[in-house]
Amino acid sequence: MKDRPDILAHAILILGVVLFALPVWLVFAGSTQDSDAIIRGELSLIPDLTNLSVYPRVLLHSTMGSEPVWHMLMISLGMALAVAFGKITISILSAYAVVFFRFPFRQVAFWLIFVTLMLPVEVRIIPTYAVMASFGLINTFTGLWVPLIASATATLLFRQVFTAIPDELVEAARMDGAGPLRFLWDVVLPVSGANIAALFVILFVYGWNQYLWPLLVATDRGLDTIVIGIVKMIGQETQTDWSAVMATTVLALLPPVLVVVLMQRWFVAGLTEGEK
Amino acid sequence: MDRRTVFHGRLLPAVLLLPQLTLTFFFFYWPAGNAVWSSLLSEDAFGQGWVFVGLDNFVDLFTDPLYLDSAIRTVFFCVAVSALAMGIALGLAVFADRSIRGRAVYRTLLIWPYAIAPAMSAVLFLFVLNPRVGLLGRWLNRHGIDWDYTLNGGQALLMVVSASAWKQVSYNFIFFLAGLQSIPRAVIEAARMDGAKGWRRFRTITFPLIAPTTFFLLVVNVVYAAFDTFGTIYALTQGGPGKDTETLVLKVFRDGVINQDIGSSSAQSVVLMAGVIAITAVQFRFMGRRTVS
Repeated sequence: MKDRPDILAHAILILGVVLFALPVWLVFAGSTQDSDAIIRGELSLIPDLTNLSVYPRVLLHSTMGSEPVWHMLMISLGMALAVAFGKITISILSAYAVVFFRFPFRQVAFWLIFVTLMLPVEVRIIPTYAVMASFGLINTFTGLWVPLIASATATLLFRQVFTAIPDELVEAARMDGAGPLRFLWDVVLPVSGANIAALFVILFVYGWNQYLWPLLVATDRGLDTIVIGIVKMIGQETQTDWSAVMATTVLALLPPVLVVVLMQRWFVAGLTEGEK
Repeated sequence: MDRRTVFHGRLLPAVLLLPQLTLTFFFFYWPAGNAVWSSLLSEDAFGQGWVFVGLDNFVDLFTDPLYLDSAIRTVFFCVAVSALAMGIALGLAVFADRSIRGRAVYRTLLIWPYAIAPAMSAVLFLFVLNPRVGLLGRWLNRHGIDWDYTLNGGQALLMVVSASAWKQVSYNFIFFLAGLQSIPRAVIEAARMDGAKGWRRFRTITFPLIAPTTFFLLVVNVVYAAFDTFGTIYALTQGGPGKDTETLVLKVFRDGVINQDIGSSSAQSVVLMAGVIAITAVQFRFMGRRTVS
């Protein structure tokens, strides 16, 4: 056991922390400064804490041709929650069916789902768009999130968890006369709590951070997510209200970061579960 | 991996599976099949309809210098992003694994960037390195370095590689840290008592023991660099200047959505699909059943 502090470790880690904190700090500091000064290159690392009015301004009013930020934040929140709850729900149901029942085509059904693993939406964008069009879901809120819950990653995770549930629990439930749905609700769900929490974080972040798919499926400005909105703002090189863009950036980062930090323990545990 | 005790019934499991299977059919198999079919078609000479052309689109693709350029660029990009993101993450994880004060705080401060969207990474990098608006960007130009990634292809590539790698370090850090923590202390102690110094110990004991984690992360990072970085690259450079940062996924978008060349972009999608399936197959062959998030 070393008695003197591990200077090297602290130095490296502090460097690492700064590497990630600095850009975000810069953006926060810049949001409190004057846009014209920023264009002139007078961006400083010190925030002007008397000038936080930019935040209510972008939240409530339309800036640079985009919707008010509160509206875009709501769209992003809706999308992230829909993706998280949607995918968790259908994955639990599917994994439960595959693990706790025997029926013909059980393996086939599982493989059909399994194959979708890791085929990112970026690879099937155009035909997926065509499918959405034929359902009349282009430019709708539903269209934003439905294709994103189709892949199998969560199903695989739940399958692993459910398979590990001890037989004694199942037998005890059967002896109590509980049917499969009762068992799911009373036993399986509580036991999977940590995994559900971890998946919630992963899927919330995934849904919030989407760019390509929402860009494609929605042309109506009213359906812009906050990420889409910000990229649109920076795309206009001239006349950019930089402090407004920076304030919007800070607001866009806040919800997913909060989710990750507040649920960090479950998140890390769930993510690294297979790693032994 | 099957259970011994199960419930009876056929209707209930079918009902439970229905939602996911339906979604999988409509948003996976149908589009994938559609892409394969479209890749075998081409618009006829008058732009009136579609003609079956077999593998012509693929032949055109593999003989198109622009496509091959993009493919090579993508390979380079994937390797660079993976190496950078994994290298930095491993370095940080090694030190975060040590028994130092404030360990938990450091970890939280290195994990939160997981929440940053790829497109937001681009926005943040813009505010730091844009030649006109960015703090560091202006500093570089003021000190004699000709820095403008909107004009210089090499600098643009450096930008997108950095922004992409930066965002991914957090994810890798989480896994490397978990991998390092699962190494039994007894092994490290034995090596230390044998006189193996830090770097030697790392090279001969630690690194081989985290090989499964490394392999897993390599696959994830390559797939991330190939696909998830669309937002990062598009927001920073739109694939430019010219085509200097146009990776394969951007090319699919540009050809299919902007240029409306469905045949070619479908063929490109099919090639990408084949690539991902191949990588996934390799991963599962070597790793057994492991979830990828």
